[in-house]
Amino acid sequence: MSTGSRSAPVTVASSPQFFDSAHTRRIMWTVSAVLTPAAAWGVYVFGIHAFFVLFASIIAAVIGEGVMARILNRRTLRDGSAVLTGLMVGMTMPPAVPVYIPVVASLFAIIVVKWTFGGLGSNWMNPALAGRVFVYFSWTPAMTGWTMPSTLPQADAVSGASMLGLIKQGLSGTGGHVGSPLRFLRDAGFPVSTTDTAVTDWLNQHVLHALGFSIPGGYVDPFLGNIPGSIGEVSAALLLLGTVVLLARRIITWEIPASYFLSFALLTWVFGGARYGTGLFGGDILFQLFTGGFILGAFYMATDTVTTPLTSAGMLIYGGGAGILTFLIRFYGAVPEGVALAIILMNVFTPLINRYTRPGRYGLSEGRR
Amino acid sequence: MTIARTFPRGGIHPEEHKEVTRKRHIWNAAIPSHCIVPLLQHAGAPAEATVKRGDRVREGMLIGRATGSISAHVHSPIPGVVTELRDLFLPSGVRSTAVVIRLEGEFDRLGKAPQRHEWAKLSRRELLGLIQEHGVVGMGGASFPTHLKYRLPRGRECTHLILNGCESEPYLSGEHRLMVEHPEEIVEGLQIAAAILRPDHVAVGIENNKPDAIAAVQRLVKERGLDVRVYPLKVKYPQGDEKQLVRAVMGEEIPSGGSPIDVGAVVSNVSTVMALFEAVCLRKPVIERVVTVSGDAVANPANLKVRIGTTIGELIQECGGLVKEAERIVCGGPMMGATITDLSTPVTKDTSAVLALTAAEVHAGEETPCIQCGRCVRSCPMGLEPTLLYKLIDHREYAASVENGLADCVECGCCSYSCPARIPLVEGMRSGKQVARTEGLLP
Repeated sequence: MSTGSRSAPVTVASSPQFFDSAHTRRIMWTVSAVLTPAAAWGVYVFGIHAFFVLFASIIAAVIGEGVMARILNRRTLRDGSAVLTGLMVGMTMPPAVPVYIPVVASLFAIIVVKWTFGGLGSNWMNPALAGRVFVYFSWTPAMTGWTMPSTLPQADAVSGASMLGLIKQGLSGTGGHVGSPLRFLRDAGFPVSTTDTAVTDWLNQHVLHALGFSIPGGYVDPFLGNIPGSIGEVSAALLLLGTVVLLARRIITWEIPASYFLSFALLTWVFGGARYGTGLFGGDILFQLFTGGFILGAFYMATDTVTTPLTSAGMLIYGGGAGILTFLIRFYGAVPEGVALAIILMNVFTPLINRYTRPGRYGLSEGRR
Repeated sequence: MTIARTFPRGGIHPEEHKEVTRKRHIWNAAIPSHCIVPLLQHAGAPAEATVKRGDRVREGMLIGRATGSISAHVHSPIPGVVTELRDLFLPSGVRSTAVVIRLEGEFDRLGKAPQRHEWAKLSRRELLGLIQEHGVVGMGGASFPTHLKYRLPRGRECTHLILNGCESEPYLSGEHRLMVEHPEEIVEGLQIAAAILRPDHVAVGIENNKPDAIAAVQRLVKERGLDVRVYPLKVKYPQGDEKQLVRAVMGEEIPSGGSPIDVGAVVSNVSTVMALFEAVCLRKPVIERVVTVSGDAVANPANLKVRIGTTIGELIQECGGLVKEAERIVCGGPMMGATITDLSTPVTKDTSAVLALTAAEVHAGEETPCIQCGRCVRSCPMGLEPTLLYKLIDHREYAASVENGLADCVECGCCSYSCPARIPLVEGMRSGKQVARTEGLLP
């Protein structure tokens, strides 16, 4: 190329002339990509039906998006948001759920929750979680029947239950004296994998011994994903790995996960034990973090930009509120997990939070207006 | 060790792209065979041509006289003959008449040893007169005539004179090089400014990514025992915006709708102070300036000392031409500069850079719906909510947008830069302000 011919580029653009590499499309596809290992893990431990569930969820979401975009004469499939919503719906499904349920959840998420308010960016509630909650209350038995992962020894006594579900039942069975969640599960006949035992022993001998304490068996299984649960929520390890990418690429910011974690962990530590009959300041934080979809919720669902506040302060309040609600629902409510409900409840507060956390303007001494 | 300061709200850290040119010495660009000199190179009214077609001009001769209350003189960058007076569009989109001069005859300054003039005995009035006479304007972008800026409004006093050495726009390194290569001239220019303004404090703000410039200025200040404080600043765009620089250095905010003098500050950037030095000590009008030519499409990025009126095409050619497909040719920095499509557009007093950017550098992208991510809100140094303002303007709610601070927008570009939906937020603000002005909602 030469400038001799006076041929200049034809781009006429208003400033700025360059942009951050983050783009809506790239954000959506990156989140989908980093969720994939955790979803694949679900297929690995729960079997091929889990794959059909994920597949059906995504296809239904894409079809829903395509139809709505067509009707409204918009082109939106390439932004990747429909695939992400479908994937998220699939990941929050029990592995053995009949395939029509995730299909309904995805269609509800896309058509009712997202498009009746105007499509991407206009919905006020997280579509994937709203879809999940919708089918949860519509087909509760199917949505609460769990599958043991293939990596755990089979145990008939606890088949069909989730860890938190068993504990919730135990609360009424024991008159509120569950005790330590891990011990309660062991006593109920909940199995532990050989990996868990091996890793726990190794950690105790080589790392924690030097620090002067040890951990009981049972934490490694929920961390790695050897527990019954929704397809994509069980592997805390793979989900956390993905969040490293999201944080490093500044696709999510730290505020919501941090305040969500802090408020939930603090309440669990202070009051969680009290609820289980072991007194104040004795809640099992680690167990609660690795179960019930907390990681998936705090890092992937509660950080959905569309339905969360705009400013740092707003995000901190939002995350803190989600933590409180998750604690209340999980420990005192009828539902064992509480993450999905807490997040969509906080979605409702987002406009209110935005209103009270507007940034302070430069050069206005006596506050706003 | 002093802790580096910065402004508290918003701001961004775009890729700097300064490493390409930051170590390159300023070299003199070739003298062009023709200079195209617009008569509007400053805020206010265009200068009035004092020459006509066929006239002979000398290097540095007055060719445009300031008219009206806000205006500045324009001088001939080269000796020669006026071939025509031509209308053209400046990068900003404004129309201006330009004097076209064909190089001919002898230079009065080029190649000759400059004669130094003493200034210590000159009065404020005389100094301001020299600045006015030699057409000095703010060379950071706003192009406000310096003699008017330094003639403080009645009853106002300058407490802080701040030399703006931030150069926070990506790619740019001309002012960095000026501070490294010509600290004496810049410090002396600053002393002249101080003699006019008589401030209580003289400060220099330089971002931490220019340690050699900080060291050069600091050394000189120490050697000469001057009462000048150098502030190293944390790197953050748009620190070079005077509102943010005043906040960073003084810890004070300029009231909404006001200017730096409202808090006692006068801010001038490095090129301006250099021009001021040349005007007073060398009696040299603004006929050249330092321009960074960069961008991935340019063969040999460089810092050039360029005669005003040189075309952008010639500058790019001088740097080896374009070696890659340039998606945008930008006049100025990438955050606030304007694209040009006509390579015969001339360099003016406010042209800090010429950038030829490839698609891979620009990261343009399809516009998508707003995903409410809040990046624009968190990046706004003025504490505005660009997404809200954009929606209000889009819905023709101009009064509401003004209520929400539209007039405070400095168009720094942080919001648009950060927006993953590629919504043209700054463009929206600009058009919103225009309409608000015509509707009498803004002055």
